[in-house]
Amino acid sequence: MQLQRKDILGLQDMTADEIGLILDTAISHKEILSRPVKKVPILRGKSICTLFYENSTRTRTSFELAAKIMSADTTSISVAGSAVNKGESFKDTLLTLEAMGIDLFVIRHSASGSSHFASQTVKSCVVNAGDGTHEHPTQGLLDMLTMVENKERLDGLKVVIVGDIMHSRVARSNIWGLSRMGAQVRVCGPSTLLPAEIDKLPVQKHTNLDEALEGADVVNILRIQLERMDRGFFPSVREYCRLFGINKQRLRKCADDVLVMHPGPMNRGIEIAPDVADGEFAVITDQVTNGVAVRMALLYLLLGGGSTNVASA
Amino acid sequence: MWLLLKGGRIVDPSRGIDEGGDLLIQDGRIVGGHNAPVGEDGRTIDCAGLVVAPGLIDMHVHLREPGYEHKETIATGARAAAAGGFTTILGMPNTKPAIDNRAVVEYVLNEGADADVNVLTTGAATKGNDGAEMAEIGDMVDAGAVAISDDAFPVQNADLMRRVMEYSRMFDVPVLTHCEDTSLTLDAVMNEGVNATILGLRPWPRQAESIMVIRNILLSELTGCPVHIQHVSALESVGEVRWAKNRGIPVTCETCPQYFSLTDAALNTYNSNAKVNPPLRTDADVEAIKAGLADETIDAIATDHAPHSLEDKQVELQYAAFGMVGLETALPLVLTNLVKPNVLSLCDAIAKMTIAPARILGLDSGTLADGAVADVTIFDPDATVTVRADEFKSMGRNTPFDGVELTGKVIATIVAGKVVSSDE
Repeated sequence: MQLQRKDILGLQDMTADEIGLILDTAISHKEILSRPVKKVPILRGKSICTLFYENSTRTRTSFELAAKIMSADTTSISVAGSAVNKGESFKDTLLTLEAMGIDLFVIRHSASGSSHFASQTVKSCVVNAGDGTHEHPTQGLLDMLTMVENKERLDGLKVVIVGDIMHSRVARSNIWGLSRMGAQVRVCGPSTLLPAEIDKLPVQKHTNLDEALEGADVVNILRIQLERMDRGFFPSVREYCRLFGINKQRLRKCADDVLVMHPGPMNRGIEIAPDVADGEFAVITDQVTNGVAVRMALLYLLLGGGSTNVASA
Repeated sequence: MWLLLKGGRIVDPSRGIDEGGDLLIQDGRIVGGHNAPVGEDGRTIDCAGLVVAPGLIDMHVHLREPGYEHKETIATGARAAAAGGFTTILGMPNTKPAIDNRAVVEYVLNEGADADVNVLTTGAATKGNDGAEMAEIGDMVDAGAVAISDDAFPVQNADLMRRVMEYSRMFDVPVLTHCEDTSLTLDAVMNEGVNATILGLRPWPRQAESIMVIRNILLSELTGCPVHIQHVSALESVGEVRWAKNRGIPVTCETCPQYFSLTDAALNTYNSNAKVNPPLRTDADVEAIKAGLADETIDAIATDHAPHSLEDKQVELQYAAFGMVGLETALPLVLTNLVKPNVLSLCDAIAKMTIAPARILGLDSGTLADGAVADVTIFDPDATVTVRADEFKSMGRNTPFDGVELTGKVIATIVAGKVVSSDE
């Protein structure tokens, strides 16, 4: 099977077969990461541009490492602030870079839908590395890979996503991907941070954390953005931590072999207690490793023979 | 000079007429009865199978001049109006500079005098549309402004809005209000609901509109000023206006074709041409709008024609300008989505685009009565047309209806007896 698409914009429209293919490919690529010489020539001669309109350390580094391990040439562009206020438009930036021969764009942008916009603007491949509060498909995939590795299945898993669901692209990608693979997804957070009609998505909605955690196989803890407090979504960090912070005591509600996940960067002591972050159930560093593997898999599938338009080129 | 419109279906809601017949125009005016043309200089238009209606009136148009001539000018906006069957258009005051004083009112009316259709203007409620200080309403009305509006810059301060209404009443002009509580719409992009949740776009609740609708209704009752609610989009707003009318408050309202033709699902591919203010809503809102049109709660259909340049729209959705063009698709959308499915009779639909806005604005047009100035629209109610944005007379191409097949085609637009647009 091949991946019949030019772009990875989100998991909402991805089939279970496609997700399965990506995860299988990632598992086979992960072995490369444990070699003494981490270099394979699969993407030699391909140009990949990471175009980041938002700060990011781990996602960007992860994509760049994945590309370099596979011998692609990488270019990194950081644009501070929005191009609306100054400088070149997003459209012109994309067209300019495409004209230089970029085969694949990895785009991080604060505006939801910007990867859709890019995919309609350029013929090159586009991989969404996080667009506003819409989707972060590679995070969703690496989260699923981490679950599969530890639980050997996704079907039937009880996964709780805790925190600021409204502003989280990680939550949306997790919801679509996991529900497509048969997992049972629960979302839990303050009612002010659960977006309108979230229960029309394939999730169970909770505002009581203890109820949400009952029998959970996986707890995926979202980073709380402290600036949300200033906009009145919740009254204080103290109260947030009391109501929605994950600590050891709360984890007892979950399954005995619960996995604790966090997309990072963590606010230790706020959404996650330090002893949970470093504790026996946490697989947070595994997630980071799997991030490189998933991104290698996607780059391979889009550029290295998985995609028909590239294979014929 | 005469023009004989022969053998059409004459629909004149001002007199409750929907019947076959001829319509004679002599020297720019309608001649009633069965009078014969006088003089050699004239011609006949065969109107068999066509509707002959009063010229359409659009009481909500953004002409962009002065200041934004890269989006539209008064001349191109008027040309688009003529192509869409409109003979009278009312420009909104959010230009640059704002239409907030006599000089700008006179500029717009002077430019409009040379345009293809009758160009009217509103005056801004506040100086520079800043929502802080009342504009010179008396002077603008004296210069020819037919209404006062806070469109695009809704007045948030209730006390100031009260004064604007009280003051406007003195000059016998209605206040047209854009109802939006902007504290509920900070950075908002689309209607609040499951689609905004999926797309990750900042949500815009219906209540941002309906809170202001009820505020302005109550201020109308307090001041006695005729208030017209612009572009009603939300279910609750329809109920509020219905309540106000039952109570005898001098309130009227309009909706626009997009609010009975589309829902927020039109944004599912991040199509910036479907980004409008107020935002597209849900099926329930569309049904409420249709019910409001049918039971006379909603008086008028306007377009909120809002042309933008490609650069304003070909950006990330949250940075894209709000608005869509409407002049050249309004009549087909009304025919396709209201008349064909029997939401409104043809006569009632035409009323909402002719005599209703004329009455709200105190105009003597919108009728085919004997002696009226001959503003007439002739259209084929059954023709199928495909919308082609690149063929618009408007400079704006920002329509979500590009490529869509609609029913109804404007055949000729006649202003004061002169054919200004023709597709015969």
